[in-house]
Amino acid sequence: MADGAEPVLNVRDLNTVFKTRSGSVHAVNSVSFSLKPGELLGVVGESGSGKSVTMMSLIGLIPSPPAQVSGTGVEFGGMDLLKASDDELRRIRGARIGFVFQDPMTSLNPVFTVGYQIMEPLRKHMKMNKADARRRAVELLELVGIPDAERRLKDFPHQFSGGMRQRVMIAIALACDPEVLIADEPTTALDVTIQAQILELMHELRAKLGMAVIWITHDLGVIAGIADRVLVMYGGQIVEHAPVKELFQHPKHPYTRALLKTIPSVRGERADRLEVIEGQPPILRAAPTSCSFSARCEFCFERCLNENPPRFDVGHGHDTACFYDFDANGPRHQPNMAMTQLAGGVGDAG
Amino acid sequence: MLDETNSGNVLVEVRDLKMHFPIHAGVFKKRVGEVKAVDGISFDIFEGETLGLVGESGCGKSTAGRAILRLYDITEGSIKIDGVEIGPTPQPKLREMRPTMQMVFQDPQASLNPRMSVAAIIGEPLDEHTDFSKKEKREKVLGLMDAVGLNRDFANRYPHEFSGGQRQRIGIARALALNPKFIVCDEPIAALDVSIQAQVVNLLEDLQEEFGLTYLFISHDLSMVRHIADRVAVMYLGRVVELATREELFRAPKHPYTQALLSAVPEPDPSLEEKVERILLEGDVPSPSKPPKGCNFCTRCPQVMDICKEIDPTGKEIAAGHQVACHLYADT
Ligand SMILES: Nc1ncnc2c1ncn2[C@@H]1O[C@H](COP(=O)(O)OP(=O)(O)OP(=O)(O)O)[C@@H](O)[C@H]1O
Ligand SMILES: Nc1ncnc2c1ncn2[C@@H]1O[C@H](COP(=O)(O)OP(=O)(O)OP(=O)(O)O)[C@@H](O)[C@H]1O
Ligand SMILES: [Mg+2]
Ligand SMILES: [Mg+2]
Repeated sequence: MADGAEPVLNVRDLNTVFKTRSGSVHAVNSVSFSLKPGELLGVVGESGSGKSVTMMSLIGLIPSPPAQVSGTGVEFGGMDLLKASDDELRRIRGARIGFVFQDPMTSLNPVFTVGYQIMEPLRKHMKMNKADARRRAVELLELVGIPDAERRLKDFPHQFSGGMRQRVMIAIALACDPEVLIADEPTTALDVTIQAQILELMHELRAKLGMAVIWITHDLGVIAGIADRVLVMYGGQIVEHAPVKELFQHPKHPYTRALLKTIPSVRGERADRLEVIEGQPPILRAAPTSCSFSARCEFCFERCLNENPPRFDVGHGHDTACFYDFDANGPRHQPNMAMTQLAGGVGDAG
Repeated sequence: MLDETNSGNVLVEVRDLKMHFPIHAGVFKKRVGEVKAVDGISFDIFEGETLGLVGESGCGKSTAGRAILRLYDITEGSIKIDGVEIGPTPQPKLREMRPTMQMVFQDPQASLNPRMSVAAIIGEPLDEHTDFSKKEKREKVLGLMDAVGLNRDFANRYPHEFSGGQRQRIGIARALALNPKFIVCDEPIAALDVSIQAQVVNLLEDLQEEFGLTYLFISHDLSMVRHIADRVAVMYLGRVVELATREELFRAPKHPYTQALLSAVPEPDPSLEEKVERILLEGDVPSPSKPPKGCNFCTRCPQVMDICKEIDPTGKEIAAGHQVACHLYADT
């Protein structure tokens, strides 16, 4: 990616709160990040840390009520998506921003054939005729590696395997050549060989069409292989952000450090017991007033219990929301990073 | 867990299991062919062991798991659980056996009733199959929630209020409710983050140790399979192509497909990632409704020979407990 290119997507201070019968859930807290054309931003984080809700909030996919989505802005194509009408959002979703949902069965409609579901956005957004849409649908299914694509257009979602349904979702999201693809755990059901094929496809589309990608995954191996930059989420916040190599080589947040230790490997020694991060995730009843990882953190000290750490710039395009300074082995003495600087995309320095 | 001697009792015996789905076409929905999702697989699962089942998307893993639990009426073959043949048993009679055999599903969403609270979902099998008091039931449910790493305070929430990974844990807690003997885990951890994957895998191992549980563990995550499985079966297009102990399979994979599969695992360290040598598979995955002539893998095999395109290789034991279906090993 060209350094300093204008971001295609710029998210500033996004917040999502669910009002439920049993109280509020502050699922997303002051999340800011940006995305440049052709770039692949990896998002990792604990289950329940707000990865899906963040991405669904910014394109208006979280029903409100019960949720309240607020923020300084979500800039996309000269528009603020937080202020866009439902109609405008519908036109953007599925055409200019493709979305692959985490759970394919909830977003594929069981009563329509897969072919219909791929062709529909092509006819609606790209105004294709039936024959062209059909040709494109076959091409898309072939791109994501579904054998016998032509015949499978008439099949219903339940006739596909778990991984095939995921690939159908990817095909639908890619149908209209989106500028941004948001893929939420898109390859969890895929074996490594097909995953490699999908990752290769991402690579091509980014290079050819300048498509930017947000890739949510818990698979750090995939992140290592394809991401340019990585966001690490915990308790509804971004706790660390860095270029991919920098993150793996110099993780600076205790959660990230613990996470990297938990990965089992197919190569090298096999551990007798897998490492886990002890303790429970935070409950998110209110906006954070202390560090949300403090209860599980071995480096926790008093300040962490009294203040929610902001994101500190540590150089090399890297920032971390932690009061502990691993380079100094002690508390951090450093001013906060300005919000504007964060939102501008600290990007690919380093 | 079991050691490599495999001296244990066979709990699950699968022989020549086939599950074909009909393909219908035209206005009269005439049967024009079939999807051979599972096309003649055989293996044993010993009591107290974990058999890993791996293979690429669409090769028939879930279908095999479901067929073994008789969630389908199978096309052909025999399935014995604890010595009892259940292959041809009609569905109503299977009901009594259900508590001892459970399944954790790949799509958590599809198996959770959106109108029930989490406590009710996890407790449902207890209503049906035990006479626990309300208090006992509550205790058991909360204990299960602890066990799978779900916060007890969430007991009265509804499925949509959970993240994807949290929902998967609800399904696991429910499957464990009746202390089953045999559990088919279909990608039980695919949707979880690594730390919670590790928690769940450790939990499955603890439960196995404590209650002597037996697992069929379906997964495409080879690093997790390497961790949890005692033996591993590799499937390709409806067939088992290799079966060996975990050590053997990861140390010296024999089938070219297994070799490619292992080499493709992404490396979670960008500085190592560039050094890993990969065998890239070329060619299209054939459709299970039109498997190729000869070996199912011949269209993509990097070591394909003439014979492979003619004759379908049968499984051969090339070393104690190590089976391979490949012509490369015909004379050993
Ligand atoms: N409709 C809802 N009502 C109340 N709480 C919700 C709702 N949807 C999500 N949440 C909560 O918001 C938090 C964030 O959920 P989210 O789905 O974004 O997590 P995630 O990071 O995507 O996790 P996973 O890796 O498991 O998919 C979770 O604690 C979840 O319980
Ligand atoms: N009900 C059905 N009707 C028709 N075909 C089916 C049905 N269920 C599965 N299939 C087909 O059978 C084959 C095997 O599917 P299965 O779900 O067992 O694969 P899998 O190995 O579990 O894949 P994944 O890793 O993607 O979950 C696929 O080609 C699938 O399309
Ligand atoms: Mg999610
Ligand atoms: Mg499956």
